[in-house]
Amino acid sequence: MSEARLEAAEDRGVDIFGFVARFAPTLFLIVLMLLFAIMQPRFLSEINLFNVMRQVSITGLLAVGMTFVILTAGIDLSVGSLLAFAGLVAAAVAKGGMENRFTVGEGGVGYGWFAAAMAAIAVGLACGWLQGLAITRLKVPPFVVTLGGMSAFRGAALLFAAGGPISGFQPSFTWWGQGKIGPVPIPVIIFLVAAFIAHIVLRYTRYGRQVYAVGGNPEAARLSGLNVNRVIASVYVIMGFFAGLGAFVLAARLNSAEAVAGTGYELTVIASVVIGGTSLFGGSGTIFGTVIGSILIGVLLNGLVLMNVSSYIQQIIIGVIIVLAVAFDTFAKSRRRKV
Amino acid sequence: MANAPAALSSAPAKSDGPILKMTGVSKRFPGVRALENVHLEVGQSEIHALLGENGAGKSTLLKILSGAHSADTGEIELFGQPAAFATPHDAQRAGIVTIYQEFTLAPDMTIAENVFIGREPGSRLFISWRRLADDTRAITDKIGLRRDPMTLVRDLSVAEQQLVEIARALSMRSRLIVMDEPTSALSEAEVANLVRIIMTLKAEGLSIIFVTHRLEEVFRLCDRYTVLRDGHYVASGRVADTNVEAIIRMMVGRDVGALYGQRPIPEHGPVALEVEGLTRRRNARDPNAIELVNVSLRAHKGEILGLAGLVGAGRTETARAIFGADPFDHGTIRVDGKPVAFNGPHDAMLHGIGLVPEDRKKQALFLRLAIRTNITIAAHNQISRGWFIDEGRENALVDEFRKLLSIRMASADQLAGLLSGGNQQKVVLARWLALRPKILIVDEPTRGIDIGSKVEVHNLLIEMAKSGIAVIVISSEPEILAVSDRIVTMREGRVTGEIARDNATQEILMSMMTAHESGGPASAAA
Repeated sequence: MSEARLEAAEDRGVDIFGFVARFAPTLFLIVLMLLFAIMQPRFLSEINLFNVMRQVSITGLLAVGMTFVILTAGIDLSVGSLLAFAGLVAAAVAKGGMENRFTVGEGGVGYGWFAAAMAAIAVGLACGWLQGLAITRLKVPPFVVTLGGMSAFRGAALLFAAGGPISGFQPSFTWWGQGKIGPVPIPVIIFLVAAFIAHIVLRYTRYGRQVYAVGGNPEAARLSGLNVNRVIASVYVIMGFFAGLGAFVLAARLNSAEAVAGTGYELTVIASVVIGGTSLFGGSGTIFGTVIGSILIGVLLNGLVLMNVSSYIQQIIIGVIIVLAVAFDTFAKSRRRKV
Repeated sequence: MANAPAALSSAPAKSDGPILKMTGVSKRFPGVRALENVHLEVGQSEIHALLGENGAGKSTLLKILSGAHSADTGEIELFGQPAAFATPHDAQRAGIVTIYQEFTLAPDMTIAENVFIGREPGSRLFISWRRLADDTRAITDKIGLRRDPMTLVRDLSVAEQQLVEIARALSMRSRLIVMDEPTSALSEAEVANLVRIIMTLKAEGLSIIFVTHRLEEVFRLCDRYTVLRDGHYVASGRVADTNVEAIIRMMVGRDVGALYGQRPIPEHGPVALEVEGLTRRRNARDPNAIELVNVSLRAHKGEILGLAGLVGAGRTETARAIFGADPFDHGTIRVDGKPVAFNGPHDAMLHGIGLVPEDRKKQALFLRLAIRTNITIAAHNQISRGWFIDEGRENALVDEFRKLLSIRMASADQLAGLLSGGNQQKVVLARWLALRPKILIVDEPTRGIDIGSKVEVHNLLIEMAKSGIAVIVISSEPEILAVSDRIVTMREGRVTGEIARDNATQEILMSMMTAHESGGPASAAA
């Protein structure tokens, strides 16, 4: 009986579906890269690969934050809007106000990159905290709260910028988006360092354990003495932090911030996390998976561009892949429940 | 007695044989043999009591009958024809409708919509609301539900909602209605009304399988009975030929005490936990919650206090209120003589109280997380350095309790969901023991685990008490007699009595659990 054998295998602690789920994204990424390398030799060039990584870095940063949110079985649809809002605030701080929004900063004008970065992060933290509060205190589902946030933060961005962009920053500011250390773009370094820290937090700290526990079974977490509301609110604050950081890096890379920045990012970001194997049901997933998922989407889009596939078709492909990834997760979960 | 022919009433019968005959039904779940060669026969116009303790296999049998589970072996004959139901829909089409304890109504739809859900009269596209209302009224009038069919189910009382379930069963022209503990949530007057309705249905030739814990109802209402115990068929026969004592003996069966050997009642220490006048009223936010009325009890250090009662007696609610998991309206809780007020489970834990909840999978375990996480989640203070978990300390803690509780696992990184029920329960116990509690409440600690693990868990509870913990055990199984040193019984949110283990028997306990008021054991028979 195959059923019996499976049961026996699981008694020994072998989690077959867990094993497949863990390595499927990596395998898929390798296969995809081989495929593109064969079909389009330019794909494997150093310039192109770093290009992919730089493009991935912003959505990757957001996906790292989103991993915390989705681990608690939550969702944050507001990331794209928050990115735009926080970016504009950073830009305004860098320029020392709204008056000289189009001038290239010279000398004593503005408050410098550090203040700008802190302002973006502060906006992200505050907005994330507000959403976390609405979710835990007002008991509004995350989907609804962040759908509201998606609209409200975009509105705030448009209001703040009066509809127009803020551009032209000092080189010390733009270095964070355009600079390199050796051949490696700064945004890529920021992304990988942030991912590493997040990995450490989730894997080795008590807070990380609590995130998994709350996502895995909130009632059991509460009855084990965890402060479930605090953990849930905190993941939206963390998401806000990454949105702020991402906003700063994006503004630096583009040497401009505008209210329509980050439109549609929520889908790419959520797709990165889910494709990376994090369960939308909460309680299972890794930062490593999210990094792979982010790169996978970046590689896919890059490869399609190199092969002159229209951007409309790219959107269709992303949509199909996100559904398939969730279908796989649901399948693996139901398969396990039978045990 | 077991093979007595079905006693048929005088109602016009299509055949003389039983309308339902289940033979040799067995069902195994991973790790548990839920049913073993069980028989059930129900005649036309017969009200058949299906009896047994919790875990005896009644629910599994009913689920097989209603198509929710499939039997591993065995035959079902309906009206003399072999039948097999792959889905509940199949069973309903064949004329068997099951009314579960948890209703399956849609609260925000009307009575009429609920009665005819999926079978609304009208054309292919549109529902004929007038016919829907008329058809519904024709049925509800018959069973004494005097409500406008367009009333939302949400606005009905529990008893009325039950009538809607019955109306739905009638609308499907069912021949056999299965009722799983229909009276457990009803008041005396509502029970009387239900009994009248059931008698009407019987007179019209319907058969009813009636599951209840209240034996007085069996003698008031039922024609025949079947008793199950530990998944086995024990006996069936005419209710008129037996009495309460005989039925309880059949349900309880073995001499439970013999399984564990005699154990002297220990000298107990000072009072560790004292609950006085705990009261929790029903409120608008939670209208179906079980009320607690003036619940008082004490637990001593080194003693195992049993909390006995039927399903819905308020034992779990009492435990959760003590632990700070649910709020309550009045009452005082004292730990070591000092009054305490908990603002959630975390506070209770700081005072040395632990709770192993009733539903292992839903309330205690993180099934998709590693065993280590499951064991240490509440003990982070012990195994951390600053923000970080110290893996060395964590491994030491996990290892200590793996040995102490002999948890059988391949590795601590294995997912908890892959363990057997008994090992899962040990993992949950380990989580609480790791906190070195002073007071540990365990709610249904052996539900759904095999007999070997049960004995292990019982011995663990006894060891815990020996080490000075005040242990409170909630159980609906006969184990409570074997494990507890002292037993407090509850019914309908009230304490109905207290008895020392040496004086307690299953029969006495059963009558205390079904007693209407505090005081001496009342007879369970009507």
